[in-house]
Amino acid sequence: MARSGSVQGPLGASFPSSASAVPASTVTPRHSALVRLTHWITTLCFLALLVSGVEIVISHPRFYWGETGNDLTPTLFKLPIPSSRALVPTGYGYVLPDQNGWSRYLHFQAAWVAVLTGLLYMIFGLLTGHFRKNLLPGRADLSWRGFSAAIARHLRFERPSEAEAWSYNVLQRLTYLLVVFILFPLVIWTGLAMSPAFVSAVPVTVTLLGGQESARTIHFFVTIALVLFLLVHVVMVCLAGFRSRMRAMVTGQTRARVERT
Amino acid sequence: MSDLSRRKWIMTGLAATAGVSGLGVAARIAQKYGLIPPDHGGIYGLGETLTYAAQRLLTKHSLAREFPRNLISNPPFANEMPPLNDAFKHLQAGGFADWRLTVDGMVDRPASFSLAQLRSYPSRSQITHLACEEGWSYIAEWVGVPLSHILDVVGIHPQARYVAYLSIDPDWWDSIEMADAMHPQTFLAYGLNGNELPVGNGGPLRMRLPRQLGYKNVKFITHLTVTDSMKGFGAGLGSASPEGGYAWYAGI
Repeated sequence: MARSGSVQGPLGASFPSSASAVPASTVTPRHSALVRLTHWITTLCFLALLVSGVEIVISHPRFYWGETGNDLTPTLFKLPIPSSRALVPTGYGYVLPDQNGWSRYLHFQAAWVAVLTGLLYMIFGLLTGHFRKNLLPGRADLSWRGFSAAIARHLRFERPSEAEAWSYNVLQRLTYLLVVFILFPLVIWTGLAMSPAFVSAVPVTVTLLGGQESARTIHFFVTIALVLFLLVHVVMVCLAGFRSRMRAMVTGQTRARVERT
Repeated sequence: MSDLSRRKWIMTGLAATAGVSGLGVAARIAQKYGLIPPDHGGIYGLGETLTYAAQRLLTKHSLAREFPRNLISNPPFANEMPPLNDAFKHLQAGGFADWRLTVDGMVDRPASFSLAQLRSYPSRSQITHLACEEGWSYIAEWVGVPLSHILDVVGIHPQARYVAYLSIDPDWWDSIEMADAMHPQTFLAYGLNGNELPVGNGGPLRMRLPRQLGYKNVKFITHLTVTDSMKGFGAGLGSASPEGGYAWYAGI
């Protein structure tokens, strides 16, 4: 109790709503049905986009900056992988099978589902105050004290307190805000900037990024950032308690330890 | 079952019914306005139809970006391509003097044009971006005759909906809807960067659609057929691309 008490101290200050966020019964879901639904649809879409995106990159694992780039021009960087096209100078003596047909169909279909799901989530988040209540950090959290306390808890690999199972700490909040409001919009924007038809209607989509090849390069780096997020996210779920966190995101229920007190 | 959950089920059922009939109406309207691509079937049909319909509506009057001369890629990139057939080699040996573009189907005056005839028509030149679905790209100045001009010369029937364009390679053909066919930047290119269009870039005659990716810009065009349906062409999916796993529409 002493240990949890010492954690609870700064936490109480960090989460003004944390006390009231712990419900007396298990009826109130940890995550609302819409958050759970959109979370898992987005997960499926992201994996589909990732697999198909990797396949598409394999057909030309070279990156450029500006409007144009091809086998005859200098690269910004190259991925040290074989290619599914014979003309790409990779240094490997073999060519991988072409998977771009289904990959492109799947990529755009998954992108549609992800974008529509994201729209639903955005509307829900704004209407219900989900962003304000659950993702926007409290003022106290945005101080150095709040930050260093949260970082210190992470560096000590401290298991999150019970209150934290009902809320997000400042690092989580900022990370989720980054993913929802920066990385996902950026990956959609750079994706659209590669569409010759879309940019014919909205040319600033690509000119603001410095060209179609720049858009492709940024699309790649945003994907890397999202993959890093996914890895850290899964690791943190495991550290925090895989079963309880999965139960919370699947059924909405979390073990209400309140019963024991 | 409690009243509450029964009401929930009834509401869900009603919503689902409304959704399905709404989709039916939407599909009929989309068909009427040419928003459904020929390869709309299969597991990826929904995404493909959404992409085509959205971009068709969005790009109705849009023009592909044109670039200043100093952005022209030098040298222009020529992609790998399958070996050319004997018919092509024979025409190439004769300097393409006997190359013909045949136009038939739903037209008033079926015709066959030589390259010299095509060059005698008002030409169009544009410096545009060509992007391959793989990820590479280049900018070049393309010269050719607008497809709309050829279609005016032959006179298309009012019910015409697609222009199928066939290359000298029987395995390589494609099609576009009238909106794309009549677009001012859609043309049959015979020149590149001030020279005759090199064979490596599709010479002597290539379909050029700067609002779509490279593979839609079919090389070595010999034949146009104007039609109201793509059902009779190959597997009926609009082009050879879907038969090889690629989408008919290449605007993205």
